[in-house]
Amino acid sequence: MSQQAQIDDTDLVQLLTPTGQRVDHPDYTPRIAHLDAAALRGMYRDMVMTRRFDSEATALQRQGELGLWAQSLGQEGAQVGSGRAAAPRDMIFPAYREHGVAFTRGLELTKILRQFRGIDHGGWDPKDHNFHLYTLVVGSHTLHATGYAMGLQRDGVVGTGDPDRDTATMVYFGDGATSQGDTSEALVFAAVNNAPVVFFCQNNQWAISEPTSRQSRVPLYHRGSGFGIPSLRVDGNDVLACYAVTSEALERARSGGGPTFIEAYTYRMGAHTTSDDPTRYRSAAEEQYWRDRDPIERLRVLLVAEDAADDAWFAELDAEAAAYGEHIRSTVRAFERPATMSMFSDVYAGPHAIVDDERAWFEAYQRTFADTSATTGVH
Amino acid sequence: MTTLTLAGAINAGLRRALESDPKVLLMGEDIGALGGVFRVTDGLHRDFGGDRVVDTPLAESGIVGTAIGLALRGYRPVCEIQFDGFIFPAFDQITTQLARMHYRSQGLINLPVVIRVPYGGGIGAIEHHSESPEALFAHTPGLRVVSPATPADGFLMIQQAITSPDPVLFFEPKGRYWDKGEVDLDADPAEAPEGLGVARIARSGTDLTIAAYGPTVATALKAAEAAAAEGTSIEVVDLRSLSPLDTATLAASVRRTGRCVVVHEAPVFFGAGAEIAARITEACFFELEAPVLRVGGFHIPYPVSKLEHEYLPGLDRVLDAVDRAMAH
Repeated sequence: MSQQAQIDDTDLVQLLTPTGQRVDHPDYTPRIAHLDAAALRGMYRDMVMTRRFDSEATALQRQGELGLWAQSLGQEGAQVGSGRAAAPRDMIFPAYREHGVAFTRGLELTKILRQFRGIDHGGWDPKDHNFHLYTLVVGSHTLHATGYAMGLQRDGVVGTGDPDRDTATMVYFGDGATSQGDTSEALVFAAVNNAPVVFFCQNNQWAISEPTSRQSRVPLYHRGSGFGIPSLRVDGNDVLACYAVTSEALERARSGGGPTFIEAYTYRMGAHTTSDDPTRYRSAAEEQYWRDRDPIERLRVLLVAEDAADDAWFAELDAEAAAYGEHIRSTVRAFERPATMSMFSDVYAGPHAIVDDERAWFEAYQRTFADTSATTGVH
Repeated sequence: MTTLTLAGAINAGLRRALESDPKVLLMGEDIGALGGVFRVTDGLHRDFGGDRVVDTPLAESGIVGTAIGLALRGYRPVCEIQFDGFIFPAFDQITTQLARMHYRSQGLINLPVVIRVPYGGGIGAIEHHSESPEALFAHTPGLRVVSPATPADGFLMIQQAITSPDPVLFFEPKGRYWDKGEVDLDADPAEAPEGLGVARIARSGTDLTIAAYGPTVATALKAAEAAAAEGTSIEVVDLRSLSPLDTATLAASVRRTGRCVVVHEAPVFFGAGAEIAARITEACFFELEAPVLRVGGFHIPYPVSKLEHEYLPGLDRVLDAVDRAMAH
């Protein structure tokens, strides 16, 4: 097993061990004190439903229903913990694997599958849940989140002293994206503008086949410090710790305290996408090491130990997840192919002579293939 | 009417936009206290403050990327790229993000971002300061690509670009920044006879049409003047926009004259002139008396400044092309 793919626990914020024991942390334990049994069950449910969604999508790809799928398997703790820390008014900029965050925002997850089925490029209105479209060009959206945060500053919704008004942005990216110039530029712009943006880096150890050691010779969270941005590393498979550090960072951002860089140390349990084959570059032993640190299992142990959930509740959740799986399958199979001419729509918001001419030509061309009865009356 | 330089006219247009819409903001390198290296934003930082006339870090991708974020929040950012040759660090943000956000969101998101680019040569500059990269952007669906040739257009078109719901690459012919012209500062850009994307007949003629934009419009007008002395009547079409391309106006002109010469500073090979020649050939095949000719840069990196006037499509090379077309 490669060394870099094990947990480096130097400065690692952890509130729940892999075996489900609570750990006290002077700064962060108070931040989860208000999470009662219902809240813990809610987090557990989010993670279970996300995993179900992810496994259904993987199966649908294998059945040919999706062109591609990018799994979130193993990263549910980082995504649900951070996502639940965000307020509905906070604007979230995901990369393309943030299905768990999407779930916490209330997005109907099957909308994500439209993109992977090839029927649209992002099937939801970002304003509905303050959850931007997935961005596929790695790191590009770190700048969009920073610019949006600069807009929040100009709108006067940062540091007003009114916690129900102050707003922040949070951007999700991976270990590979930290090598992109855009990510560094985003850190520069965020730092010098003191912009209310949380950089949430999920270090899942692998950028397709390249380990984090091919991206950095220092721990990734040191990146933020160099830009003058408070930075920390959290156990990304610990949903409670992810919630705690993110709520602190968002609170700082909203109150005018500027950006934070969070490195959530986690593991991509699945392949990069369904086109990838991790057996070519990593070991089964390494995967087992991380399977033993699963984010869902450790919360399950805690829920049982603290009598926060009983067998009936778990059984009910299993049934809910099964029904959700059926909903996902039937929804995806019912998605209709977009109309051919829709490819010409929305290239520009206003008229554009070139696109308009090409659309008219192609429409006429298409008509020449219609059978005689269908073309009757077409001029 | 007021006499203004092109730089002064764009400055006046930016000021008007800042006054009329609180969501408009300018961002770029050295555009604040300095007023931009060409002084196009002179005085605006003083009058509108650092939140609206923003000196950014030296990072072009960062400028465009954060402008996208600001636009997502409802702002109308106008970015200045200091020189044409420095737009390439932002190329990814412009082509993979800015150009297609409206499309990929199925029309839900508009990104009204303007990117101002001083472009073109003839100013004796060192490397990377004299480029003409406009075709790269015209080749990208989702962008509008325009270039004013006169102070009057500089004043109107920058305001039209800012109110456009689409991203606009606004190429400013830096070699013409100090050319003067009459500007109607009371003109309403929304009521202007030519909207963004519409070509203009800069001079009427009957024997040959020169299609030009930005820095080469003045060259084309000089060529028309010189040719007139020899009895050749040249019509000059100022394209004003490459995307969309006003093929209708240009083709109507060529149908009248039967000949077309396209002039731009960018290399001819795979340049805007190639697209224009193809479209004009297709639209005017039976009216053409001669092949559509192109005059422009060679397929070499922009040369050293001591040689740039041989490289650039100057008066003599334009007249040479006119002679060749007229010989048919």
